[in-house]
Amino acid sequence: MKKLLIKNGIVVDPFTDTQVKRDIYIENGLIKDVKNETAGAKDINIINADNLFVLPGLIDMHVHLREPGFEYKETIKTGMEAAIAGGFTSICCMPNSNPVNDCKEVNSFIINKAKSFDLCNVFTIGAISRGNEGLNLANIGDLKNSGAVAISDDGMPVEDSSLMARALLYAKTFGMPVISHSEDIKLRGKGVMNEGIISHTLGLNGIPSVAEEIAIFRDIKLAEYFGASLHIAHVSTKGSVELIKMAKNNGINITFETCPHYFSITEESLLSYNTNAKMNPPLRPQEDVNAIKNALREGLFDVIASDHAPHSEDEKNTTLDEAPFGIIGLETSLALTLGLYHEKYLSMIDIANLMSYNPAKILKLQNRGAIINGNAGDITIINPEKEWTYKKENIKSLSKNSPFINKSFKGAAMYAIINGKIFKL
Amino acid sequence: MDYAKKDLISINDLSKSDILYFIDTAKEFKKISLQDIKKVPTMRGKTILNLFFEPSTRTKTSFEIAQKRLSADTINLSISQSSVVKGESLSDTILNLQAMKADAFVIRHYESGAPFFISNITNASVINAGDGINEHPTQCLLDIMTIFEHKKEIKSLKIAIIGDIVHSRVARSDIAGLSKLGAEIYLYGPQTLMPRFINSDNIKIAGSMDNAVKEADVIIMLRVQKERTAFYFIPSIEEYRNYFKLTGEILKLASKDVLILHPGPVNRDVEISGSIINSGKTAIFEQVENGIAIRMACLYILLGGRHS
Repeated sequence: MKKLLIKNGIVVDPFTDTQVKRDIYIENGLIKDVKNETAGAKDINIINADNLFVLPGLIDMHVHLREPGFEYKETIKTGMEAAIAGGFTSICCMPNSNPVNDCKEVNSFIINKAKSFDLCNVFTIGAISRGNEGLNLANIGDLKNSGAVAISDDGMPVEDSSLMARALLYAKTFGMPVISHSEDIKLRGKGVMNEGIISHTLGLNGIPSVAEEIAIFRDIKLAEYFGASLHIAHVSTKGSVELIKMAKNNGINITFETCPHYFSITEESLLSYNTNAKMNPPLRPQEDVNAIKNALREGLFDVIASDHAPHSEDEKNTTLDEAPFGIIGLETSLALTLGLYHEKYLSMIDIANLMSYNPAKILKLQNRGAIINGNAGDITIINPEKEWTYKKENIKSLSKNSPFINKSFKGAAMYAIINGKIFKL
Repeated sequence: MDYAKKDLISINDLSKSDILYFIDTAKEFKKISLQDIKKVPTMRGKTILNLFFEPSTRTKTSFEIAQKRLSADTINLSISQSSVVKGESLSDTILNLQAMKADAFVIRHYESGAPFFISNITNASVINAGDGINEHPTQCLLDIMTIFEHKKEIKSLKIAIIGDIVHSRVARSDIAGLSKLGAEIYLYGPQTLMPRFINSDNIKIAGSMDNAVKEADVIIMLRVQKERTAFYFIPSIEEYRNYFKLTGEILKLASKDVLILHPGPVNRDVEISGSIINSGKTAIFEQVENGIAIRMACLYILLGGRHS
């Protein structure tokens, strides 16, 4: 009998919308109501959480594990280790591996391999189209049946509106959430960073903000017309925030996600042709960063996810044109988000909603995202005051492509407790 | 009882009593097919043109046999060998054939509304033998006839129609006809193949195959076409087989004396387990048999009945 008592923490529970000092008891991997007799028990682990915040285990619903196919960037195991280091108890991996996760064989491979490590929870997201090619629907029923929690076109946006429409409808048949990487890829063209003064200064091809906004607008309209639910990944512009307002005002069943880099740094990070600041959607000007922050404060976003996208040092050690899009984020996501806590943009309850409760709800993850009797024993214990520096040599991810290396942070996860198993950080 | 219209284009043109009149007439004609000499002189001297703009085996044969058993003179125009391929318009084709004093046209066309268009430019009777994704009224009548042979009443029956509803002229005619007779209709299939606009309280979209089949009195399975994997309607035939096929297991949820229909041609083990058909649990062959009677009745009512 594995027993764990987390004492005296400030328990932040989005389900009951409460933040009170109390104890949490976990037995055999599940949260149990605290019983008096636990106080005197001998075979019990005790974590003293004085002055610490106790949140339902953090869930990063937008992660790229590069296995199968690109194990030199990240493996399932190193990705899980990076997740735990960042305070996450669950991660959801996008389907753009090689082979693409578009069938039960690849899906089962990832799930089974992840299970064999006894680290964090890994949930899989299957492809919308076979091979991510945008030509045929993937076998979405099979993906669901073999354990995928959603489907997505992340990295390879669905250009054909009729494919997107029918993907929404077909997925609806199975109650399968759809996650959209909303981008007009023809309009992105050869762009490598946000189109504006800085791309002009650097002499680089720009990606206009409307490439994101046009596609988000299309997807909102499709979801509205077909009465389907949809989650929009990695929103980055001020114009997109206006679209979110429109969608939410119209009561459309869409959820929206942003990533820590979009509210933390601007396109100026690319001024030295820094390939570790190249990502898609690209970093934007301060005006957009402010819009994302304000939208978070106003509660317009449902989710903060890292879009953890590992690429090897060799791949990034080149020109901006040649380097692949993407940065790692599992180990900085919480700290960057706690930055908004310190700036008073977000409360702890907001963070628990954005990084645990809502992802669990959107993906219909049973028994996660809230601190309720009987739920999985997934807990993240946070010290928002802890000061630390993100050092390259400490990165758990196999890849090191982050613009935040050597940045000092205030706030970190102290423990990740996953199905009752304690990971001291 | 009488039926005044010259054409049978849509089930929506028939009243409840019209439908029952067609069925009752068909019951009488069914007896002819059971005789030793399966022929009556009823339609002697009538010229009927079967215009099939789309391939068909069952319906075409069924109409032809019905016509021959009624002693009509029947001409089959195979469109691939006609002047249509030389560029003649549909209206010119019909007007020329009418000049040859055709009494009736039986039309199968790949475009919705073609029989309606034809009925407006000819004095001859027009029978819709299936138009595009629109209607297949004689199939609906033969389905109703088959149901009546097994159930006393259609009113309040739970009838599940499962499969590619949105592209199925059979489903559309069946829904219209069965609704007129008071059935409770449950539709199920991938959402991509479900109608999006339903304007009647007796028609419901089931949340799952189980919900659709549960306690159903009648199940109408529809053929799924392989072409639906194009244009993203379904991912693959395997996926359809795995999640939308009527299996023996699911069938256990239905009413004990459930009647299973399929308009054919059947894709065995795609939309329905072959074993369900092999074990004689469907009325597929009764439907085919009743098809001839229904088509005889239609010809009789539209031509013979009207002029005699």
